[in-house]
Amino acid sequence: MHELSVAMSIVESVEEETHRAGGSSVSEIVLEIGILSGIIREALDFALEEAIKGTILQEADIRIEEIPGIAKCSSCGTEFRTGDHFTICPECMNPYTDIIQGKEMKIKSIKIAFK
Amino acid sequence: MCGTCGCGETDQISIRKPGENQEHAHSHKHTHDGHNHDHHHDHDHAHSHQHTGDHHHGAEIQLEQDILQKNNLLAERNRGFFEAKNILAINLVSSPGSGKTTILEKTIEKINKHHNLFIIEGDQQTMNDAERIDKAGAPVVQVNTGAGCHLDASMVNRAVKKLNPDEGSMVFIENVGNLVCPSMFDLGETCRVVIMSVTEGDDKPLKYPTMFETSDLCIINKTDLAPYVNFSTDKAREYALKVNHHLEIIEMSAQNDEGTEQWISWLEKQTRQ
Repeated sequence: MHELSVAMSIVESVEEETHRAGGSSVSEIVLEIGILSGIIREALDFALEEAIKGTILQEADIRIEEIPGIAKCSSCGTEFRTGDHFTICPECMNPYTDIIQGKEMKIKSIKIAFK
Repeated sequence: MCGTCGCGETDQISIRKPGENQEHAHSHKHTHDGHNHDHHHDHDHAHSHQHTGDHHHGAEIQLEQDILQKNNLLAERNRGFFEAKNILAINLVSSPGSGKTTILEKTIEKINKHHNLFIIEGDQQTMNDAERIDKAGAPVVQVNTGAGCHLDASMVNRAVKKLNPDEGSMVFIENVGNLVCPSMFDLGETCRVVIMSVTEGDDKPLKYPTMFETSDLCIINKTDLAPYVNFSTDKAREYALKVNHHLEIIEMSAQNDEGTEQWISWLEKQTRQ
């Protein structure tokens, strides 16, 4: 359940940014989560629901944008979409690839309200 | 961070040496509207804060901020400390029961004379591992995470302060036994070592790829049991390399002292890098 720690980090950062900007509550949060980041979407939704209770985020609409996975072949350099860490290169069948996209875990933007 | 209510407190986490009483300084008295935030307004505000009545307006802020930024920043501070003191810091991650503590006991037995070893033990509960390490003869601090499923950079930061490792030493951080959560949390380590034991099955790297993908070395432990549990070392190697082709792999039976020399040479190679 590392999603709970992740959710609490989101709450902490968003609270901090909102206070810094002089806001009083948060109406929207947009997150970017790569599908290979190790975050289980359902677990994060559940953890966030709990973590925002009683905070200035509690009314916020939380949008999660999924970032697809892209791997790069270590041999021929082909880049291809993948949903896991071990798909072989579709061009040269080399099994050794590096994930170059899909591990993101970011707070992209927030909308805040002022009193 | 408190794993119970989501407050910023480090509730439940205890950090102590063998023989010390449990420290429980933090009690759950805080409420969420009573937080004392100390924010510095060292930038200009675009708006003037003079609205009155029930007039509301909003603003969008582009953050583009890593969710684990706080942990990552603190991890970099830990890393800076280790680098400045020329310390090799190893984060040991695995499922529960793969043999991390036994590997540490063997490591202490073999090289504590030549290198000063300092150990941070992470478990949800008990001082059991710290007591084993203490008996083996290395300074140790036990971190009990309570309900927490992983160590984070802040726990390691506090543990390191308590442990006070010598210049040029090796610090081993034995993470909470869990093949999922610890993979996301940088502790500031020099290298990450994942241990899998043959009783867990040879497809572990495919089932829990994130941990293998973020590690530098994989130890396949308890190889003496391989014939009894239908474990293929070749397959395990193939799967691990598919997930992370930069991974180095050592086969070991810590109990029988097989493969430990290779592990020691690997460690010594890291101290020279």
